[in-house]
Amino acid sequence: MQRRQFNTALAAASAAAAISPFNIVRAQAQKLKVGVILPRSGYLGFIGQSCQKGADLAPEVIKEMLGVDIELMNADFESNVDTARTRAERLIQEGANVLVGPFDSGAAAAIAQVAEQRGVPLVINIAAAPQITEQGYKFVFRNFQTAGDIVRNGLDLIGELFQATSTVPRTAVYMHVNDTFGQAMTKGINAMLPSRTQLPFKIVEQIGYDPAAKDLTVEVSKAKAANADFLLLVCRLNDAIILRREMVKQRWQPMGIISPGSPGMYEEQYFKTLGKLSEHSISNVPWYNPKAKLTQVVEKAFKKHNPKDNLVFHGLNAGFTFEAILIAADAFKRAKSTDPKTLADAIRQTNISEKMTLGAPIKFNAKGQVEGIGSACVQNLNLLPTVVLPQEAATAKPVFPVPGYKKT
Amino acid sequence: MPALDLVANVVVSGILTGLVYGLMALGLSVIFGVVRVVNFAHGEMMTIAMYAATALFIALKLDPFVAMLPIAAAFFVFGYALQTALINPFITRPEHSQFMLLVAVAIILVNAMLMIFGPDARNVQVDYQLESYELGPLLLDKGRLLAAAAAVIAAAGLFAFFRYTLTGKAIRACADNYLGARVVGLNVKHLYALTFGLGAVCVAIAGCAMVLLVDVTPPLGPAYTLLAFVIVIVGGLGSMGGALLGGVLIGVSEALAGLFIAPSAKSMFSFGLLILVLLLRPQGLLGRRA
Repeated sequence: MQRRQFNTALAAASAAAAISPFNIVRAQAQKLKVGVILPRSGYLGFIGQSCQKGADLAPEVIKEMLGVDIELMNADFESNVDTARTRAERLIQEGANVLVGPFDSGAAAAIAQVAEQRGVPLVINIAAAPQITEQGYKFVFRNFQTAGDIVRNGLDLIGELFQATSTVPRTAVYMHVNDTFGQAMTKGINAMLPSRTQLPFKIVEQIGYDPAAKDLTVEVSKAKAANADFLLLVCRLNDAIILRREMVKQRWQPMGIISPGSPGMYEEQYFKTLGKLSEHSISNVPWYNPKAKLTQVVEKAFKKHNPKDNLVFHGLNAGFTFEAILIAADAFKRAKSTDPKTLADAIRQTNISEKMTLGAPIKFNAKGQVEGIGSACVQNLNLLPTVVLPQEAATAKPVFPVPGYKKT
Repeated sequence: MPALDLVANVVVSGILTGLVYGLMALGLSVIFGVVRVVNFAHGEMMTIAMYAATALFIALKLDPFVAMLPIAAAFFVFGYALQTALINPFITRPEHSQFMLLVAVAIILVNAMLMIFGPDARNVQVDYQLESYELGPLLLDKGRLLAAAAAVIAAAGLFAFFRYTLTGKAIRACADNYLGARVVGLNVKHLYALTFGLGAVCVAIAGCAMVLLVDVTPPLGPAYTLLAFVIVIVGGLGSMGGALLGGVLIGVSEALAGLFIAPSAKSMFSFGLLILVLLLRPQGLLGRRA
């Protein structure tokens, strides 16, 4: 090749390279590729699958709502934080414009690092550890309560529960999973409980346990021996099932089991596995508004996709996952681009008032956190998670103290 | 300081779980004691037995204690075949070759389980699973009690087999003097395979009992292999009584560590015990000095 030919070729290549980003943007702008990363297997598997139901129906509902095309790229991180990191890397390599997930705080912290390093927006569906949005990240957004908010709302609802049922428990034994989420919740509870003077109880024993534990005999023995009025529990799903069974085996019947804001006891698998034993467990959690217009649209699509399932068991998981994808799609519609930075800027400007979950409109603060998300006191009644507080959203009255276990 | 009845309950629970651990480790100890091969796929084999028990329960509503019989028979055949086809050629090879062979078998088993059953936890839900007996201040979990009873019966059967039957005595002769056994005309390869089969039966029974106590997932295998090693090293590698004693000691120490220190310190305590035994009595509590 002669020098003149080489120069011509170089100029042509440079021109092609200079134009190609615009081509890419134009091509990508027709469709938003959403990398959905969830723990669809492993000890968080059932909850991950529940979240996935919200993702699966999103493209259809959002196309109808916003006219935006979405392509889901699903990844299972197997309830393993290291796998979460590698799956996130892979989704980005394969062309995901935005990441959504992952349900778990530990995984969220790992994926957030990847998203920030690679400059791809991450919209967190569910994960509560406060530090995730305290790192100054520019590409990380969360439409879920932080552990602090969950605890604050959860403790307030416990106060309302005692008031509504005219009960005054004096002592509680606090059991919690020993993972990122459990530790964040514990920190929040220990910091806030002393200042909550309206709450009449003291924690007499605090027991942490492995969320992947296969046997909780010792833990339950220790909790039972504390002889507390009720069990304050921050759990996951599998451990909640093991724990409930162990309580029955050890014939421990406190006034009730109350979660100040954790998954597990309102999940379908909890009901399926435990049957009548699942009754009366109480979870004070961010919840969905069954009366919202969007809920009805989502419920219709949910039934179409999952004819055998009931949204009430998946409302929280599917609701927040759907909303995370909605946030990304709404930003994409406004940004008219899949350029990560433009998309992140658009997400930051989000203002969605027509939403499915309880609380204020979806608006991100400077840290990428949505504020004002509401909680409900959900009690398992007649084998269904039922809102019993606050009164304006309640569909049944709370039962506390709960009746003793009877073999059916 | 925890109340005495709480300590007693935790200790009893630890003993009952420890007996099942002991039976699992007994299989490892028997195989090593005779064949002189360390089965690095031991925990994985137990996990397969647990899956088999859940599968039979789901398909035929077969109680794990009933399922023990067909599963143990299948495991005997599996163990016999594994020894004959795969391990026998490695008997005279260096130890690292045997190690690599059995680690490879373990990895294949874990991945096969992941492919067949997936990574989710599975369990059996028998009617009596939530029942317990009250004995003064003690509350005995029925499932755990039956599991421990099965472990004791199986261990006693194995002791009797080795002590009172001709085949058992022949196997012991192989363990004591390999060359002598061949000189007097014993079919050593067959006896080795028989021993591996018996070790696999121990694992099968322990697996069926364990499925009443914990949910099964494929990654449980390596954890149980490690646990079996800790137990046989504490009890004495090659000693049958040592395996049971080691199992009980690990079960109780883990339970007490959970009670007195922190539940997450359970494994730390059993490994601490292992280091202590290695320092003070390297041959294990009931092991013979080499």
